[in-house]
Amino acid sequence: MTLIRRLVQWFSRRPRAALSAQLAGPFGWILLIYLGSLFVLLLHAFWVKDSFTGKVEPFVWTLEAFGQVLGNPVYLTIALRTILIATLVTLTDALLALPIAYYMSRVASPRTRAILLVGITMPLWASYLVKVYAWRTILQGNGLLSWLLGPLGIDGPGLSEIWSTWLVLSYLWLPYMILPIFAGLERIPNSLLEASVDLGGSAGMTFRRVILPQLLPALAAGSIFTFSLSLGDYIVPDLVSDAKFIGNVIYDNSALGNFPVAAAFSILPVVIMLIYLLLARRAGAFESL
Amino acid sequence: MKRLQLLVAIAGLALIVTACGGSTASTEPSGKPAGWLDAVGEGEGALNLIIWEGYAERGAVDPAYDWVTPFETATGCKVSTTSMTDSANGVQLLQSGEYDGGSFSGDASVRLMKAGDVAPVNVSLLSNYANVFSGLKDKAHNSLDGVPYGVPHGRGANVLMWNSDVVTTPPTSWDPVWEGGSAYKGKISVYDSSIYIADAAIHLMATQPALGITDPYQLNDAQFAAAIALLEAQRDNGAVYWGTAADQITSFASGDLVVGTTWQYQANMLASEPKVKIATTLPAEGSTGWSDTWMMATKAKHPNCMYLWMDHMMSAQANGQATVWFGEAPTSQAACDYAETISPGHCEQFHATDEAYFEKVWYWSTPQADCADADAATSCKDQDAWVEAWTTLRGN
Repeated sequence: MTLIRRLVQWFSRRPRAALSAQLAGPFGWILLIYLGSLFVLLLHAFWVKDSFTGKVEPFVWTLEAFGQVLGNPVYLTIALRTILIATLVTLTDALLALPIAYYMSRVASPRTRAILLVGITMPLWASYLVKVYAWRTILQGNGLLSWLLGPLGIDGPGLSEIWSTWLVLSYLWLPYMILPIFAGLERIPNSLLEASVDLGGSAGMTFRRVILPQLLPALAAGSIFTFSLSLGDYIVPDLVSDAKFIGNVIYDNSALGNFPVAAAFSILPVVIMLIYLLLARRAGAFESL
Repeated sequence: MKRLQLLVAIAGLALIVTACGGSTASTEPSGKPAGWLDAVGEGEGALNLIIWEGYAERGAVDPAYDWVTPFETATGCKVSTTSMTDSANGVQLLQSGEYDGGSFSGDASVRLMKAGDVAPVNVSLLSNYANVFSGLKDKAHNSLDGVPYGVPHGRGANVLMWNSDVVTTPPTSWDPVWEGGSAYKGKISVYDSSIYIADAAIHLMATQPALGITDPYQLNDAQFAAAIALLEAQRDNGAVYWGTAADQITSFASGDLVVGTTWQYQANMLASEPKVKIATTLPAEGSTGWSDTWMMATKAKHPNCMYLWMDHMMSAQANGQATVWFGEAPTSQAACDYAETISPGHCEQFHATDEAYFEKVWYWSTPQADCADADAATSCKDQDAWVEAWTTLRGN
């Protein structure tokens, strides 16, 4: 008892020490477990691997893995394809989310708004894999999509085209775009829109000159989700198309025992995301998360 | 505060680095190889296995095929399984240290034996081992220096499968997936693994003898380049790649794909599909194939259960059921006799004792830089080169 009391007294006189002790747990977690494992992963990129047994030789340093990644143009092709699809998914989601979020925040009655909000967040309750497999049955030959498009004489993308990946990823991450934009629109006072109309601004001009600039941080925040989630996904490309993404190459190489190449290549999405986050911070995204 | 954070960071990293530096010992102090058992004791209550899809059924798909539940009832070892997507994936899974063992093909088993990841097996403790066909014992893919490192599960060939509504003349060669592939543009099904390069090499052995390929897994630069060129042409014919058996089954069931390389297992699964008519054959060029071995991890946490499982999988009932279910050749006469009771003609259909048939089958094995021979003058593309070539082929 006295020990605890003395400890309490000691800490009460030293607020800085008390703060450090309180933060030691969460900080230790982030440093050791979270950043530590990331650090070990990056170390693998510099280690030698035995080609036959597939074992990595720790602390034997080499740049071979980087040479392999940089020396083969296919890795660049894969990176560009992934970035392209992630960008397209982000744009698609932004285009779809804007009218939905606008309707929810400005037009819909509170009741409709509640129903829409539940409807948008509902898919998040279902397992990611279940949703992807549902899309497989929609996309496959004789599936729902080819049945719908058949009378129009159009073939569905099937399960081998890269466009299936774009479609499914856009579906999966749409709620993550709608919600920040909805929150962003809620924050714009009605009086601003009224002022714009009073001053003779058309609907298009009000949108471009008043809403969009104020919505930019929310758009950037939503795009962080859609872009980074698409950039890192490897299950959707594998299940609904035949295309290889950055994540697939990392997965394939780690599953095939070429851990150094997987580690070297995984530095790329980290760098892309760092740049992206810096740009998003400039746009004020972190204030509207 | 800043300094404190830095100290914590450095201490943390030092801890991680030292923890990673541990090395493995190949022998125990007693002089016995690591993982060696002198007696099989009571089961430990659990068993974690790496399997090929369909190798451990508990009656979930068809109640008549269940060889896991009887094992669990008899031994008390609760079986958990993870399916590997290909052999390299199996090696990686075993090296994670989470598993007691698995069913490995030749392109994984040799690597695992040489790396010391799997333990030699004291077959005198396994009562069913004596019944196994002698043609399946002491082979390069399951033994090292005459010491068995596992027990056989079954063997078979990768076969050509087609939808007979679309492919009306039954093919006798692999031509429909290669040169003749333009007739089935976008409807060709191909195994998504670097080991499939060997299938191209086998076709080249028949169509371009001038290349001088003697072993489809050991290819020199010119032979390898020819195989890749063939694969690129196949890809440009709109080949669709399957990663798991289930993936291929859905594509054939929906009629999206009509011809391709498969395990007999998928064809068996598709037999119950009313909408499509599926047929298979072993083409004239021969094929790649497998002879799978149940092996125990050196670091197995449940070695007794693993020994009990290996013995179980050689029993007439379990081996008979498992090989009928997957569509491959049983490993003993007793298993053959049992298999006949559930699927008459099974052992003849899968050539269980027909060594001449299996001479046309190249069991999966690991590509090696020294061509896996004693000739120092030759050099071949190694495993890494195969994987990289496959990434390049599939990534573009």
